[in-house]
Amino acid sequence: MEINYYNKEAETMPREKMQKLQSERLREMIGRVYNNTPHYREKMDEMGLKPSDIKDINDLTKLPFTYKDDLRDTFPYGMFALPLSEVTRIHASSGTTGKQTVVGYTNADLDIWAECVARCLVGAGATKEDIVHVSYGYGLFTGGLGLNNGAEKLGASIIPVSTGNTARQIQIMQDFGSTVLCCTPSYAMYIAETMKEQKIDMNTIKLRLGLFGAEPWTEGMRDEIEKGLHISAHDIYGLSEVCGPGVACDCVYKNGLHIQEDHFIPEVIDPESGEPLPDGQVGELVFTCVTKQALPLVRYRTKDLVSITHEKCECGRTTVRMNKPTGRTDDMLIIRGVNVFPSQVESVLMRFSQIAPHYMIIVDRVNNLDVCEIVVEMSPEMFSDSVRHIEALEKELRQAIESTLNISVKVTLAEPKTIARSEGKSKRVIDKRKGAGQ
Amino acid sequence: MSIYQVSVFVENKKGRLADIAKVLADNNINIRALSIADTTNFGILRLIVDDPQKAEAALKANNFTVSLTHVIAIEIPDVAGGLLQALEVLNSENISIEYMYAFIDSTEGKAAVVMRVEDRKAAADLLDKHGFKTIEG
Repeated sequence: MEINYYNKEAETMPREKMQKLQSERLREMIGRVYNNTPHYREKMDEMGLKPSDIKDINDLTKLPFTYKDDLRDTFPYGMFALPLSEVTRIHASSGTTGKQTVVGYTNADLDIWAECVARCLVGAGATKEDIVHVSYGYGLFTGGLGLNNGAEKLGASIIPVSTGNTARQIQIMQDFGSTVLCCTPSYAMYIAETMKEQKIDMNTIKLRLGLFGAEPWTEGMRDEIEKGLHISAHDIYGLSEVCGPGVACDCVYKNGLHIQEDHFIPEVIDPESGEPLPDGQVGELVFTCVTKQALPLVRYRTKDLVSITHEKCECGRTTVRMNKPTGRTDDMLIIRGVNVFPSQVESVLMRFSQIAPHYMIIVDRVNNLDVCEIVVEMSPEMFSDSVRHIEALEKELRQAIESTLNISVKVTLAEPKTIARSEGKSKRVIDKRKGAGQ
Repeated sequence: MSIYQVSVFVENKKGRLADIAKVLADNNINIRALSIADTTNFGILRLIVDDPQKAEAALKANNFTVSLTHVIAIEIPDVAGGLLQALEVLNSENISIEYMYAFIDSTEGKAAVVMRVEDRKAAADLLDKHGFKTIEG
């Protein structure tokens, strides 16, 4: 098998050299955040930690963790290490009201991000000859522009289709000869299903590769996508706080996702104790973004559960690999690529009833698309003897939840005490999607 | 001028009506009349019983969502056109009916109509003025 690299030096660097590079970059970064980000200076001062205490990557564990709440508490720009005049791009997490996290990039940051995505594309087997069909959403979400700029960096031809209108997506694939598809794995499944239904002649489709991410998926889904679209399907991982897609991706051997560790130093820790875990053990993934200028996060807790390995891959890359995330340390759900917290549903229900009624979020995958049903136990305050009033309530609830979560939901009213409770507390979520990380 | 109707929220699930009937039977509550409004997802059971407060408490204790609703109940003659007379009275004053149901009263030759209207007092006064006897709860 022919193996290509976008940046061979960085991707195949011997361990010793990588550690030296990481150490240099870490030292430089810590000096920068200590001087420029009051939030980090305060945290480090509290711990009695000086930038000079950080000599190499073995000192990484001395540093404080950063949590999503730190970004929320300093909303929108409080964690930026540079004035806004230096920031050339803003993105925000796909989370919603009250949960949004804002991230910024300088031109240098955008360049590094694009390079990371380009490395992922090449690692998966793409070249500048490819026609890259981007069906991620373009906008505040990092998916669309992230893949776009990475493919541009590579020099491939980009079709910035964005989301929606599956019939048109397929038409564009046929007309423009798309060879690489980038979207969420559930949308890839949906496209495959639609092609089958419409009896599309697969000889008219030139796709050969796919990079899918922004939501958890399984090897079973990979298999289905590969068979349905006649492609090789790859998992691309990222989160906006770190940069967006491109933090890691699997190569042609599909044996773990290569992390771009010269830019994002990974650690796997015990989520309870915060202690580092050895290779092979599942724990919370933590990133330190050593090269980022606008938003250089120190030991950022992703809440994704993974294990990593430092073994050299058959593809020749020496970079550390992570397996597909197997779950989360919090209750966040990813539904159609959108981050959803059960507490958001609760906050909406509180507007309808003094005491939040018991509820249950049921997530399922029907015809390869995520569907979300919210079952709400009827409270005396919400009840009426009139069908009209209850139906109006059902509709109001649905609209309020949809505008908060940014996904469409079905609301079903239930009798009190019909939702199963464990230890006095309701179980909030049933995720019926296979391997959705729950 | 009005009586209490016991309104109960019922999910469209097998056996729920029997569950409610059992609660009432166990508490020695007699059902005088009932009607069900149903939609695809749920229903509202409306009951006239001999002791609405007791029925409410018993159903609540069994985790049902219950409310007591004031409704008008009137006697109408149990003959052809009996209902029409009452409806024409309400119609003449533009009083619209949200829902209604009827049952045969034990009083011989009489039927009873239970109805929910927006302005209960105006409707009751009007019916009273036209000689309809309201049933008190």
